[in-house]
Amino acid sequence: MAHDDELEAQVDRWRGYVHSRQVISTADVDELEDHLRGQVADLRATGLDDDEAFLVAIKRLGNLDAVSREYAREHSDRLWKQLALVPDDAADSKVPRWRELAVVLGLAFGAGVAVRAGISWFGDDEVGLVRNVGLLVLPFLAAYLGWKRKAGPRTVAAVVVPFVVLAVVLNVYPFHPEGSTELLAILHAPVVMWLVVGLAYVAGSWRSDGRRMDFVRFTGELAIYYTLLALGGGVLLGLTAGMLQIVGLDPGPGIAGWVMPFAVPGALVVAAWLVEAKQDVVENIAPVLTRIFTPLTIAMLLAVLVVLIASGGIVEVDRDLLIVMDAILVLVLALLVYSISARDPFAPPGLADWLQLVMVGAALAVDAVMLTAMLTRIAQFGTSPNKIAALGLNLLLLVHLGASAWRSARFLRGRGTFAQLERWQTRYLPVYGAWAAVVVLVFPPLFDFV
Amino acid sequence: MHFDKDLVAASATPLVLGILADGDLYGYAILKRVGELSGGRMQWTDGMLYPLLHRLERLGHVSSSWGTSETGRRRKHYAISPTGRAALAERQAQWSVVADALRQVWEAAPRPATVVEGWA
Repeated sequence: MAHDDELEAQVDRWRGYVHSRQVISTADVDELEDHLRGQVADLRATGLDDDEAFLVAIKRLGNLDAVSREYAREHSDRLWKQLALVPDDAADSKVPRWRELAVVLGLAFGAGVAVRAGISWFGDDEVGLVRNVGLLVLPFLAAYLGWKRKAGPRTVAAVVVPFVVLAVVLNVYPFHPEGSTELLAILHAPVVMWLVVGLAYVAGSWRSDGRRMDFVRFTGELAIYYTLLALGGGVLLGLTAGMLQIVGLDPGPGIAGWVMPFAVPGALVVAAWLVEAKQDVVENIAPVLTRIFTPLTIAMLLAVLVVLIASGGIVEVDRDLLIVMDAILVLVLALLVYSISARDPFAPPGLADWLQLVMVGAALAVDAVMLTAMLTRIAQFGTSPNKIAALGLNLLLLVHLGASAWRSARFLRGRGTFAQLERWQTRYLPVYGAWAAVVVLVFPPLFDFV
Repeated sequence: MHFDKDLVAASATPLVLGILADGDLYGYAILKRVGELSGGRMQWTDGMLYPLLHRLERLGHVSSSWGTSETGRRRKHYAISPTGRAALAERQAQWSVVADALRQVWEAAPRPATVVEGWA
């Protein structure tokens, strides 16, 4: 038996090695494995031992580079990885082929129905609709992820309870009309909800840094797939609308009232399904984009800094500028997290890591300028919910960026590991969710719902 | 015996089709049959057989189906198709012309000595 175990282990390692060639599909590896086992069995029958038989069999299969070139000549299409949404061989998966598709389409339709019902329910109360739109859509996404992960009752509770609490808070709090606490709640509630979606994504293992990083990757890919779906959908809608206009029908009300309420939320669930289905079929694109945009962002940050300093009076920085600057810093953070998520933790420091450090440094400088401006404003005009929320976010960003800069500098100088820098990111992310929850739950009563 | 790559490539298709014409087989059994037929003198790089089989499948000369081996593993069986038989007949005709011509050449000019001496 021990011999067989050893042979199985060797075959497993070989499978992994062959499978790393993208032109050799899983079915091909199965076929080659069948061949290998036949050869090994025959060689053993002639008196070779397991090791010898395995080595000879491998040798006879030929140089893997040459063989994969042959496969590539026959299956050049595989170099363009194919997305098999509905797996061909049901033998591998226990779930029937079409069940997942049915669940996805059902949930996408459900999200559409929820949004459509919300539009009818709130009628002219547009703020009410905006306040609730996340609650109408994201539970369907969380439901899909939970279904996919076969979430246990604790995960279900951890997802359902926050959604219920948010639904109650957002609709029961007596917000003043057009008050800033309501706007803040509207802006921050999606952050909390996204964290809850993350709980559904990681299912039981919410403590695992690796799973948290997977959720970060999922978020980036989801954004890209969603954008692509939106572009494709836009083209389709535009063509349809153009055709209808030529015929003399006005497509406006139909599109605004019926197509968009179903398409926009539905596409989110479908995009999540695509990200889940592709697994490793398509290279992750978000990290590729970060590589391109890191140097460009450095240029932008430096330009912003120069403008801020050259314009003289930092005190005159107004609220709109602060909001834009916060958006820029959040973008920098996303770039940082995505480039970290895609990096091989064991690779030695390289140019990209230096660029990243420069970017974080520039962002820190911008953040410091902004914090100064904010504190000056608060000292001059007193506090307001908006200012406190912005101040809090900037402090969070400052801590995040500062610690990231420190850790990546240590890594670049060989004093720390990349894993420490990566862990810092995943450990810190929930803090944003907690802060957003404070803004949604505590700020309105604290500031009398103004 | 080592065979030139081009010769292997040229003879592989008719050999595989000819072997499949006798009955459906899986990859390893096809290779074993090649070994038997050539008395063990023809040894291919085993891994090259499968891309060839896939090419023949794409051309419609063979069809494949997944079954299970005696040990219960997945095993892909290949069967020759009518177009494969037609292709085989054509190749057979071509090869008999080649073999016939070669035989006459061999008869006219006796085998050259493998080592040519007297060069210095």
